[in-house]
Parts: sequence; C-alpha cells; structure tokens
Amino acid sequence: MVQLSKVSKSFGELKAVDQVSFDIVRGEFFSILGPSGCGKTTTLRLLAGFEQPDEDGGEVRLLGQTVNKKRPYERQVAMVFQNYALFPHLTVARNVSFGLEQRKTPKQEIGDRVRRALEMVRLKPDVFLNRMPGQLSGGQRQRVALARALVLEPAILLLDEPLGAIDLKLRKEMQLELKALNKQLGTTFVYVTHDQEEALTMSDRIAVMDNARVAQLGTPAEIYENPRTAFVAKFIGESNFFEGRVVESSNGQCRVQRTGQGSFQVPGHPSISHGGSVRIAVRPEWMDVFRPDAVPPGENALIGTIRDIIYLGETMHVIVTVPEAGDVTVALRNEGQLIKPLQWKKGDTAAVAWLPEDCQILEED
Amino acid sequence: MSGRERALAWLYSRPGAQAWALLAPGGFWLVLFFLVPILIMLVYSFMPRGIYGGVDPGFTLEHYARFFDPLYLDVLQRTFLWSVGCTIICLVLGYPVAYAIVRGGRWRNLLLFLVVLPFWTSFLVRTFAMIFLMRDTGLINNWLLKLGLIDETLTILYTPFAVMVGLVYGFLPFMILPIYASLEKLDPSLLEAAEVLGARPRARFRRVTLPLSMPGVVAGCLLVFIPALGSFLTSDLLGGAKQMMIGNLVQNQFSSARNWPFGSAASFIVMALVLAAVMIYLRVKDQTGGGSSK
Repeated sequence: MVQLSKVSKSFGELKAVDQVSFDIVRGEFFSILGPSGCGKTTTLRLLAGFEQPDEDGGEVRLLGQTVNKKRPYERQVAMVFQNYALFPHLTVARNVSFGLEQRKTPKQEIGDRVRRALEMVRLKPDVFLNRMPGQLSGGQRQRVALARALVLEPAILLLDEPLGAIDLKLRKEMQLELKALNKQLGTTFVYVTHDQEEALTMSDRIAVMDNARVAQLGTPAEIYENPRTAFVAKFIGESNFFEGRVVESSNGQCRVQRTGQGSFQVPGHPSISHGGSVRIAVRPEWMDVFRPDAVPPGENALIGTIRDIIYLGETMHVIVTVPEAGDVTVALRNEGQLIKPLQWKKGDTAAVAWLPEDCQILEED
Repeated sequence: MSGRERALAWLYSRPGAQAWALLAPGGFWLVLFFLVPILIMLVYSFMPRGIYGGVDPGFTLEHYARFFDPLYLDVLQRTFLWSVGCTIICLVLGYPVAYAIVRGGRWRNLLLFLVVLPFWTSFLVRTFAMIFLMRDTGLINNWLLKLGLIDETLTILYTPFAVMVGLVYGFLPFMILPIYASLEKLDPSLLEAAEVLGARPRARFRRVTLPLSMPGVVAGCLLVFIPALGSFLTSDLLGGAKQMMIGNLVQNQFSSARNWPFGSAASFIVMALVLAAVMIYLRVKDQTGGGSSK
C-alpha cells in the first residue's frame, strides 16, 4: 500500500531522512513517532509529494506505483495538516468540496458527499455548512480539516500531528474517533506524532524515528515491552537503565556484574556474549521495593536510599538512589494512601527488585 | 507627589483621558493644517470670485456649474481614464513582481530594497530624468537610431504615452508593496493543502493565492488610483500643456489663473470621486477579506 525502500532526503548538508524503509499494509493505522527534528514530518511530506527523495535516495511507492517524482495532485493521497490549513476565505462547505471540485465531481454528487463527510466527523451540516473557518473552535476546525480529506474517500490518509493544538480531553476523544474511522472506512492512516501515548493508543504499528532513521518498528506492545535501543526505551514511557559485563552464562540465563557494585540476572539474548558488556532497561511499573533482607528469591535487587516519594494518583513513584546507578524510579500501584498507606518514607534503606525476565536488553543506538 | 506624578496618576485612572491625551498632538496638527484649510476651501468654493484673486462676500454655485463645461469634463474624463489605466498597468506589472519577491528566497530583501530605492531621490528629480530619457535627443531615441531600429526620431515626450509611462513608473511601488505584504503572510500550508486536494498550479493560484491576496490588490489599486487622480507633476513635465489632468487644472486656478473659488470647487469634485473610490474599496474588501479578517 505504502512502501518506502531506503528513502533518503537531504536539505543541503543536513540529512533529514536517512535510508528509511517500511511497508504499510491496507487499512493499517501506522504511526511515525519521534521527537521534533527526527525526520518524521519530512517522511510524511515525502509520501504527500511536497518533498522528493534525493537522486539516489531510494523509492517511494504508493498503491504499487513508484511516485518519487509525482506532484501531490498526481498522488491518490489526502492529508490533514498540523495547523488544519483551512482556506480562510471559503465556507466550511466550500472547504470540504474543494478537492471534489478539483476532481471534476458532478455538482449534485458534491452536495451529498460534503454532508456525509461532515456527519462522519460529527458536525451537523445544517449548522456548519455556511460558517467561515474563523468562526469555528479549534476542535471544530480539526473536524472540518478531517472531513475535507475524508470526503475524497482516499485510499491513504496522511495526518501530520493533527491533534497537537487541541486540549487534552478533546484530544482523547478524537484519538478514539480517528481509530474508529480508520477501522470503519478501511482507509490506510499514516499518522505523525511526537506524543508516545497517542501513538500507543491508536496505532496498529509504530515506526519510532530518531535522528533521521527508524530506530524501531513494531506493534505498540513490542515497542513498549521490548524496546530495541536506549533511545526507544527512553522516548516511550519511562525506564531505568543499568549496565554491566556478562560474567557467567548458562541455561539461557546470564549473570551480569554491574558497573559499580552488585550483579543481576538477565535472560539470554542473541546480542549477548560472555565477557561482553550489556545495557538493560527496566520499566518502573515492573519493579518493586523491599526491605533489603526481604527480597524474594530469584529476583534481581539493588540496594539504595529512598530519596523521594511522589503521589501521582493512580500510582506512587518511589525514587531510590542506588550508588552508581543514580535515581531508580519504581512505580507502585496506589492502593489508597488514606486506608493503606505506603510503608516507606524518605531516607529509608531499601532494595529495588525486579524479575530477570523483565529486563529489556538494549542494542547500541 | 509631584505635579507631574499626580497628572500621570490621573491619566492612568481614566482610560478615556489617556486616549485623548494620545490623540491630542497629532489631532491638533491635522485640525490646524488639514481640516481648517479644507473648510476654508469649502467656503471659498461657494463664494463669488474677487477681482484681484481672493473672494467677494456672497453665495454662488457658479463654480461647480462651470466645472460641467465640456472643456473641463474632458479633463475630468481624461484624468479618470488615465488613472484607471495607470492602476491597471501597475497591477499587471506589479503583481508578478510582488509574487516573485515573495518567492525570492535569499534575494527577497535585496529585491524589496530595490523597489523602495527610488524613494531616496525626489520624485521631481526622477521625473526630470525621464525627460532626458524620452526627449527627441534623449537616450532612447539615440539608442534606437544607433541600433538602426528607427530611421527618424520618435516623438515620445509630451505625448499621452509619456505621461502614462511616468505615472506607472511613479506609482508602481505603491502597487507592489501592499500585494507583497498580503502574499508574504499567505500561509504556505494553504498552498500545500490545495495541491494535495488536487489543485494544479493554475487552479491553486486562482482559487487560493489570488483570493487571499485580494486585500493587497485592492489596497494597491487604491494607493495608485487616488494619487494618480490628483497628480499634476507628471502630466505637467512629461505631457506638456496638451495633456492636462485635474491636478494641473486645480494648480493653475490657484496659481496663474488666481481663481481660487473655481480651483476649490474642482478640488471638491475630485475629492468626491476619491470618496466614491474608497467606498467601492471598502465594499470589495468586505466581500473578499471578510472571512479571513474575523
């Protein structure tokens, strides 16, 4: 449906997109996630046709056709822009019908399709058809922009951080609506965002981009539970990082001597070899805090001092300073501080512990 | 509290007084040097002409009536047509220039600078320079003769053509700058949106760029048309005595003819025309820019 093979794009000396490849299947909700400047927007613009790959910069294929040199109006894609890009001089109706008019759709058909598109994004046509974009709220503009793209019944819909400018509650609502539209219409969505939570919520698959390259590509669960690099582990959710050297390996288990003091067990992994160095990440919610003499057998444990306890509502973050590992964050479920308060306080000596299988073994960035 | 502090505190406590205090110096200037003279002119235009210039007491409409003499209507018509012509030519020449400057990338500032550069020299001097270019023994004739493109001298100076060249030259920047300003603030993502919605470059220009630059176009047209209507220097120097515009007529009445009442009446008729032009402008602006300005 959408294929990039080793696509590169440079602006002068700057490589904005470097050998990016992925293959998006029909109907998929595919997110490109990354921090600003990672090349995600340029990647989307390469798909839209606003940018063209470098001379020897790989191949962009849409619906089976190579489109490297095709202008946006020659591609069968629709796009929703970050700032909506509604035409300020045209009514909502004329904005939505713009694409249909360019495609020489018969007049009577246009009216029907515009109404249907507005209903699809839950705007009452009778109320909104004759409004100007300047008279709409941010959320309503967002919906008009979406209707303007969906009315063309595109096979591929590109979305460039479309929810970035609307408030949290509405954003959550729109996330679910977008996901529902994707499944209902069978349109392939390519969604660019810097919001990891948004990407996890909506996507079938996510390409995490860092520094013009794809750092990892996978389902939300794969990305979150098995981040390939430290960058991915850091960018998506929170992580605690530990380093060491493999000193012993047997039965698919390796013993790692930590840089500093202590050691921990990790499961075997193709990238680990005896004597080699290892870097792991552990999610805060997969860790627990124990008295140093009460760590359950078989769990990895590091001793430190509790520096802070933070109340977050759903969870409590216990921050433990472990020598030469810095601050380790442990997320404990809040079982009600009024009824069943946490037994820890600042300054306590405690062990942070986790199961060996919860170690995420990282590759070099 | 010193007197000054007390006065300032009093001002801050009254937003209305603040506005008046800000208005006062400029307002005083305009009342004294614009409103008062214009009222004097208005009064003069209804008074009989004095024997030695000036006016005699009394009330008459003869000066306004006199203006409708075919001789003067002719001047009015010519002025109007030339101003319209000048505006259209400026628009046709200026829009592409403004468009090119906006897309000029790193040349943008230099190009803008070049548009404004002529203002560093007095308009009078520049008009004289055009005489040197266009007169029978001027540069243009010399070159054309030397290149063998013509056999005998072309008469350029003191023709309507010369006046039009002068007018367009003089007013072109006033067309370019407002159009540039409106094109420059055009959001590039609107153009991209049009393109991805299937608009080819021509449709994109017609349906997005042009309508959104209309406020600049209208402002430019107004900034060219109004001063063109009142111009007299260009037609005087480049048109000779044969190509009189309203501006020349008014100037003559106030200077050599010493008929101030008639000059005043002619001025007010031009003003009425300008007012009509502004009304049209506001109406067009409401229709085209209304949605975006809200």
